Amino acid sequence: MKTFNYHSAKDVKEASKLASSNSAFLAGGMTTIPSMKLGLASYKDIIDIKRIKKLSGIKVSGKTVTIGATTKHSEVASSKDVKKAIPSLAALAEGIGDPQVRNRGTIGGSIANNDPAADYPSACIALNATIHTNNRSIDAEKFFRGMFETCLKSTEVIESIEFSIPQKSSYQKLPNPASRYAIVGVYVAQHKTGINVGVTGAKSCVYNDKDLAGALTKNFSSSAIDSVKVSSSGMNSDIHASSDYRANMVKAFAKKAVDAC
Amino acid sequence: MASLVGSRVERKEDKRFLTGKGRYTSDINIANQTYAIFIRSPHARAKIKKIDTSKALKSSGVVDILTGEHIAQDKIGGLIAGWAIRSEDGSEMKCPANPPLAKDSVNFVGDPVAVVFAETLDEARAAAELVKVDYKVLKAVSNLGEAMNSEAIHDGIDKNLCYDWLLGDRQKVKEAFDKADKIIKLDINNNRLIPNAMEPRACVIDYNTASEEITCYTTSQNPHLSRLIMSAFGGVAPENKLRVVAPDVGGGFGSKINLYNEEIVCSWASKKIERPIKWVAERTESFLTDTHGRDHITHAELAVTNDGKFLGFKNETIANLGAYARVFGTVTPTYLFGPCATGVYIMPAAYSNVKAVYTNTAPVDAYRGAGRPEATYTIERIVDKAAMELGIDPIEIRMKNFPTEFPFKQTLVHQIDSGDYVAGLNKAKEMADYDGFAARKKESESKGKLRGIGVTSYFEACGIAPSPVVMMLGCGVGLWESAEVRFNPTGQVTVYTGSHSHGQSHQTTFAQIAADELGVPIENIDVVHGDTDKGTFGMGTYGSRSLTVGGIAIVNACKKIVNKGKKIAAKMLEASPDEVDFKNGEFVVAKSNKKKTIGEVAFASYLPGVRDEVKSPLPEGEEPGLIESSFFDPANFSFPAGSHICEVEIDPETGHVKLDKYTAVDDFGTIVNPLIVEGQVHGGLAQGIGQALYENAQYDDSGQLITASYMDYTMPRADDLPDFNLGFTCTKATTNPLGVKGCGEAGTIAATPTVMNAVINALDGKEISLPATAEKVWKACKEMKKSNAKAA
Repeated sequence: MKTFNYHSAKDVKEASKLASSNSAFLAGGMTTIPSMKLGLASYKDIIDIKRIKKLSGIKVSGKTVTIGATTKHSEVASSKDVKKAIPSLAALAEGIGDPQVRNRGTIGGSIANNDPAADYPSACIALNATIHTNNRSIDAEKFFRGMFETCLKSTEVIESIEFSIPQKSSYQKLPNPASRYAIVGVYVAQHKTGINVGVTGAKSCVYNDKDLAGALTKNFSSSAIDSVKVSSSGMNSDIHASSDYRANMVKAFAKKAVDAC
Repeated sequence: MASLVGSRVERKEDKRFLTGKGRYTSDINIANQTYAIFIRSPHARAKIKKIDTSKALKSSGVVDILTGEHIAQDKIGGLIAGWAIRSEDGSEMKCPANPPLAKDSVNFVGDPVAVVFAETLDEARAAAELVKVDYKVLKAVSNLGEAMNSEAIHDGIDKNLCYDWLLGDRQKVKEAFDKADKIIKLDINNNRLIPNAMEPRACVIDYNTASEEITCYTTSQNPHLSRLIMSAFGGVAPENKLRVVAPDVGGGFGSKINLYNEEIVCSWASKKIERPIKWVAERTESFLTDTHGRDHITHAELAVTNDGKFLGFKNETIANLGAYARVFGTVTPTYLFGPCATGVYIMPAAYSNVKAVYTNTAPVDAYRGAGRPEATYTIERIVDKAAMELGIDPIEIRMKNFPTEFPFKQTLVHQIDSGDYVAGLNKAKEMADYDGFAARKKESESKGKLRGIGVTSYFEACGIAPSPVVMMLGCGVGLWESAEVRFNPTGQVTVYTGSHSHGQSHQTTFAQIAADELGVPIENIDVVHGDTDKGTFGMGTYGSRSLTVGGIAIVNACKKIVNKGKKIAAKMLEASPDEVDFKNGEFVVAKSNKKKTIGEVAFASYLPGVRDEVKSPLPEGEEPGLIESSFFDPANFSFPAGSHICEVEIDPETGHVKLDKYTAVDDFGTIVNPLIVEGQVHGGLAQGIGQALYENAQYDDSGQLITASYMDYTMPRADDLPDFNLGFTCTKATTNPLGVKGCGEAGTIAATPTVMNAVINALDGKEISLPATAEKVWKACKEMKKSNAKAA
């Protein structure tokens, strides 16, 4: 690991001020620290935001659940409020990594990193999330730009993520047998305003599968999915799953999600 | 005192392991130590043109940088194959030189070329990045199936062929096949595995400039053997100036049998730089350079009659040795594999032909089961295929071909002393509720799932012996084991063993045995292992040999203690030695009912003068003290056996295989500690299941390991496994006084074919290669659906 300057920011303003194109915010450090240890990443400044109280916590209003950026997966998984308002979101958090990861990893870190196989981005898509930063509010559909890429600026700090409470929803994933990241993860959510099918793991970036959503809008049942053709073009292919298999699993897990709704 | 052999004594070692007080190699630090980082080839095959260390040598904290040139200058020898195997045509096997640091060429990704020693680990890492190695990259031979038709990796080794070995009689097999009603044919792979011991390899070397002694703390399964090789072949130091200590070792599974480059290099270098050295493998280094396991391609044929009797068997295998032949590398696919390929069956004719080839991949060596899992997989898969093609129940076809009389002369080599295969399979059948399978299958189908059942009957040959035979077969050493039992004057006992525990719980089981033999409470017995300065020589632990060989050496040493004790007690009790009985720790003279405890006798043995009422306890000619040693060389291997049955449920939509039920019935002869044996079976099953469903080491065409981390190499996890349903039968081994058989590898041997037979059963016999990953199973399900639709 290369040497770096460590800062513990007292508030968001200070964190943002310390940030540069050669810095990283540190929350759970579940990706940042291993990347640094392996020599895959190095930074001049590491800005620890874990001590900023305002960034952590869960609030539920009538229509939304708002989760602070440094809230840990284990806190979301065990939150009675989340379980009541959006049980599928609590279940998603419970299925991330292992207890060690869930006890350190944060929701803000997960979506800022935008790993193509991370779970939370699919929730943001399916649950019409708004990502609140220190200077703007961003729709999830616009937030995720590509593989490990978001629209965040280097000095921008995610403060919280606000999820719309759906009428019904379910997240189902096919975990990579080795890493347990999603080979395919499908988050189906039915809102008054429409249906979203957030898909993670399958492509280089999370996306809303409009074809599946369209079919489900007409007929919210797993049989409606049978007739949808999911193309393997643009799907990831690796030693664990070919693009053809992934395309088929998007359908299979969408069906499971609908059945579980 | 109740016998401890057979009781569930809790492990003595658990307290320190569970409280984080184990002392592993990387826990050892020596004042003024330097840190080693090895520079490794990033290429699978290349010539080394030049190594430039000039910039790195100036880097902060660097103590020295050594390369293959230095090794050659100091005439330090390389790594060796421990068994010489001859080809069918009588020619000797061909092994390349394997210097500890490559000088001219590198042959797999991870092959070390240089080493940096620095004051801190970070400084060593930083300097390592500055070492410039100029390679001429050559085309890698990474595909096993094509290796014999590829360019020769090593000069003078045509077709990359180490040997082309035959065991059995081709003519007899031909005759048997001519008489057959049907020939069953099977082409299978045996996937390459990476052992993944929880503790990565490490060594800490301390060179004492005063005594000129090198102490090497290392992660070894056999420290005495490591010292022998390092001294005799490496030329690092004479044995009396070399101490090898393997303290707590966190798993080996065969991968820590070998002496590795790093131990030789650091031991040699510590003397050269006159500083202690510490090296701990990073996990990636473990993936790249620990010896791998399995990796066969096999074509097998079984000649059968229409009613399911076996007539003959052919086994044609290509085995991957990797880049170099290592300690058990050449014997694993021959004598540990070939003889077992006919399984637990009467097989009138058979042969095993194995071509062992070199590739530009990590060396392949013994991995839990070593050869026997590959053999059992071959025979048990083809027996199932025969059952299916003949329309006979898998249990029935096995029963039909079991021997019922023991000793049983197995076709190719082994004389199996004891066993009852029928009883084992019957018990497994009952415990697994085999007859209820049809109903469970129906229930699965009603949920849209497929269900399959798989059966395996296996035997294994462990505790390789006797030494004269082993050496005749090409082994460079004898495979006996030694023990020394020391009574301290105040009555506690220290047992020194040449076996090594890296998870096997010798501290407990060996103490149980000694406690029974000597009648001393188990709390008063300590077992010492893993240090060439403590105890006699030892051959170490692998091949399920510790109890059947090392344990018996302890029994024999204890018997010597008792014999000497009898003579002393007789003198003390004023009787003749044959009037003295020893029972429950007491020497008793029946006629006078006078007695002395073994503790009293031990005490007296150290005080051979007049003392109170005792007038010199030592009979004339007896030396003082109560210390005895024994070397045990068994008359034969031990032959555990058993039958396993499992059921899987497959989701055809995803290809996910759920292992639903697993029943294992094993015959390990006398069981010393059921708690520990069950643990061994559990661990073995997990590894065998891992091979069947998850684990698969893969290299790409350029020889890069693409499964070099836990992100890509799938280990079995607790939530992948069902509760195991274990049962035991017992036929005692006749070749040792306890009647014990090895238990360490059985689970690994049986589980892979059991699970695959179940998966393939669920797929109506559709073959798939190891491991049965979700995607492969999903594809098979799709094809099944298509062909079923056609049929309808």
